[in-house]
Amino acid sequence: MVTFTLNGQKVASASPDDTPLLWVIRDELGFKGTKFGCGIAMCGACTIHIDGQAVRSCSYPLKQAQGKQITTIEGLNDSHPLQKAWIAEQVPQCGYCQSGQIMQAATLLKYYPSPTDEQINTHMNGNLCRCMAYHRIRKAIKRAAKDTETIVNNGVEIYTPNEQELS
Amino acid sequence: MSITNKSSDSGLVDHNRRDLLIGSLGASLMVAFAPAIMAQQIPADKMLANNAFSPTIWYQIDNTGKIKVNVVRAEMGQHVGTALAKIVAEELGANWDDVIIEHVDTDPKWGYMVTGGSWSVFQSYVPLSKAGAAGRELLIEAGAKALNKSTKDCQASNGFVVCKEQRISFAKIISTQKFSKQISAEELKSYPIKSRKHHTVIGKPSQALDIPAKVNGSAIYGIDVEVPGMVYARPIVPPTRYGNKIVSVDDTGAKNIGGYQGYKTLTDPSGWLEGWVAVYADSYPAAIKAADKISVKYSANDALNVSEDRIQEHGKTLITDPDKGALLVDVGNVSKAQQNGAGQLESTYTTSSALHFQLEPVNAVVEFKQGKWHVHSGNQWQSLTLPQVAKALEVDDSMVVIHQYYLGGGFGRRLFGDYIIPAALAAKAMGKPVKMVFTREDDAHFDQPRSPSVSHLHASFDADKRVTGIEHRFTAGWPTKAMAPGFLADSKDGKKKIDMFSASGSDHWYSLPSHKVLVYNNDLAQKTFVPGWLRSVGPGWIQWSVESFMDEVAHQSGQDPVEFRRALLDAQGRQSGSEPHSVGGANRLKNVLDVLTQKVDTRQSLPKNQGIGIALSYGQERNMPTWVALAAHVDVDAATGKVKVKKLTCVVDCGVVVHPDGALAQLEGSLLWGVSLALHEGTLFKHGQVASNNLHNYFPLRMQDAPEMDISFVESDEFPVGLGEPGTTVVAPAIGNAVFNATGIRLRSLPMTPSAVKTSLESKAGEQA
Repeated sequence: MVTFTLNGQKVASASPDDTPLLWVIRDELGFKGTKFGCGIAMCGACTIHIDGQAVRSCSYPLKQAQGKQITTIEGLNDSHPLQKAWIAEQVPQCGYCQSGQIMQAATLLKYYPSPTDEQINTHMNGNLCRCMAYHRIRKAIKRAAKDTETIVNNGVEIYTPNEQELS
Repeated sequence: MSITNKSSDSGLVDHNRRDLLIGSLGASLMVAFAPAIMAQQIPADKMLANNAFSPTIWYQIDNTGKIKVNVVRAEMGQHVGTALAKIVAEELGANWDDVIIEHVDTDPKWGYMVTGGSWSVFQSYVPLSKAGAAGRELLIEAGAKALNKSTKDCQASNGFVVCKEQRISFAKIISTQKFSKQISAEELKSYPIKSRKHHTVIGKPSQALDIPAKVNGSAIYGIDVEVPGMVYARPIVPPTRYGNKIVSVDDTGAKNIGGYQGYKTLTDPSGWLEGWVAVYADSYPAAIKAADKISVKYSANDALNVSEDRIQEHGKTLITDPDKGALLVDVGNVSKAQQNGAGQLESTYTTSSALHFQLEPVNAVVEFKQGKWHVHSGNQWQSLTLPQVAKALEVDDSMVVIHQYYLGGGFGRRLFGDYIIPAALAAKAMGKPVKMVFTREDDAHFDQPRSPSVSHLHASFDADKRVTGIEHRFTAGWPTKAMAPGFLADSKDGKKKIDMFSASGSDHWYSLPSHKVLVYNNDLAQKTFVPGWLRSVGPGWIQWSVESFMDEVAHQSGQDPVEFRRALLDAQGRQSGSEPHSVGGANRLKNVLDVLTQKVDTRQSLPKNQGIGIALSYGQERNMPTWVALAAHVDVDAATGKVKVKKLTCVVDCGVVVHPDGALAQLEGSLLWGVSLALHEGTLFKHGQVASNNLHNYFPLRMQDAPEMDISFVESDEFPVGLGEPGTTVVAPAIGNAVFNATGIRLRSLPMTPSAVKTSLESKAGEQA
């Protein structure tokens, strides 16, 4: 039995240790906002926060979640500045990648409260938007960045995208 | 030539022949279309209450004033419900904040269901406007009565009927009066549609109704559906699309996987699936693992020997024979122009196979419940899909209901929902509800890829280097022939069939003294795979060849490509356009080009290896032209061959813009799709199957390569046309023309990969040395 905290609640799963956390979150625990896109950590639709870092849940084995603090899009409670910015900039088209985009962007703002285009590109490049709403994603991140105080207190820690790609 | 279903059992609703019914039903006011014959016999409110006929219910207003607009179109990112609801709200005089939308299931009462071809606003604009206007007139009449005023002194605005200083809300009217009215199709024609200057909802900024649910994880896609007692399943997709026979299945390796329940081989009476296995498990990850461990042996089939090269060589041979082509355009005398020509120019353009790669892999939940097969799945063309699912299940169409969800991308992949068939057969074989999900790799191998294509163009010139004629022949696999043959059109001479989805764009708006177009179906492609309707379909390869070749011809005749095009856009004769959809004809295309060249100096001097190229697009169909002009500014890295797009400047005339921000989003997305298909995306058939199956070997555009964009819409009162696709097709030729202007190399194959650019640059350097 693996136990962890999901969106503030203690949860447990008896699935095999190597079960990708994505399916535990979606199908066992019922949080469907995290999406399945490629299954090989290259599209970012399944991005969640594990102990404050953006992680591709499709390639993260359940066993490693033991004792971790995990947040999904639902855990942002509609109150994250990025969610508001995403609506203000009318970012989503089909919307399927957007949970992952928002979770990925949230970890950027912790380190770069006022990110440049270059920093946004580097951090977000691993998140595919098939509708290609890239300009609006960038604009929404900048809009949210203006409200930095809220972000800094959001408990998000360092994340390096290159390391992520190697895992 | 417009694209319509030529078969007799079309089921397409012709609103010109339907009466409009308005009636009270419970506490609501309902507005629906119904067949004219039915409507003459029974009062409207009785007809609406009694579902014995087939009305298409467009909207209803409840006694609190909430207006629910029923949307038969699929939501896949285009915010279609918002655009359609705005049309109703505009004419009704509604308060936009009172409007909600509902995406409906396949109950026959909703009428024909398809979302594609950039048709939604184009086809719905008139009927929705009229339905809104008729509702408004009725509410004004009732409001005037309640306030004891003359209707002349009253108008509908913001959810109220306002009669000078007094007003009464729609809610109050509906809760205090009963309605039963039918308006004949003939009478309905007299209801005027507001012009742009009177618009208060259409063309005004508003937020898309589907967006809030897409930023907090609450939007429900097909892949999110669960039903009680369901079993998870993953298919084992056979090696090629057709002709697979299973020799043996060995699941020894899967037996020790926890949660593995077993497998079934599927027999498909609809004929779409051959040699399929469904793998069942308690959870989806267990089904993924188990399917990987099951070994299926298939007997050999011919398609295993088919490669991309073979398909393309076959196409190249095919188009050398003029007798095999279907005639689409025949203006003047191209043969004579060629015989008498003082000069000739011939070029061959190709495009490689491409994948939809919609981010939500295809999936469906199917259960048999209370005597019906219930399908839960995102789908674009339910009216095409449902009969095939019924055929597979060997039941009458009336026994199948498809419930609609948000689509995690459509782009044409979810038009014909063949992915529902294995889920349905798996549920039937198991005797339980089944949720079948394709992995990304399964999805790629069961894609309906964009067919590889070959186009050949031949221009003739007189002694003064003026172009006298162009002959254009091209070939590809045809999606419509594979999936909806009733929609094939007749060739100009009536001798052959044409897939207009794979031909539009070649019947362009340039006036040429002689112009001939022959369209060929690549039968090797056709029997190897199911060619897909991929965002914009044929114009994706046709515009590439036409607009690149226009530049070649301009240079050959010693003219500037902009001036050359302007001269051919004379709007004479057949190019002058017609009411109501193509008013202005080529003049409007010339206008967007003129506006573009006011914004972008195409002749400016640029640093080495930079260039600006232009291209035009005329939308999806001659009868639904979207006028688009684009300038692409590129920077070619001579060392690596990488083409960087610095900026796209785009001018669009699509008539009335209904939902401006949604329209802009469609352009932003489709232009970047164009960049992606021009430079980044492509795959090759190997052994009868596409070689790419995930993001390690298929490379859609990422954020860092998305260029700056400047997009503007021409203000227009003309009929609204399609917007989802036209931006896709104009980009590749503009980039190709820009690369030529930057480096002098002419690229004729998509995608324009760094290695192809480098090879061309090296060979040009070799020639000069």
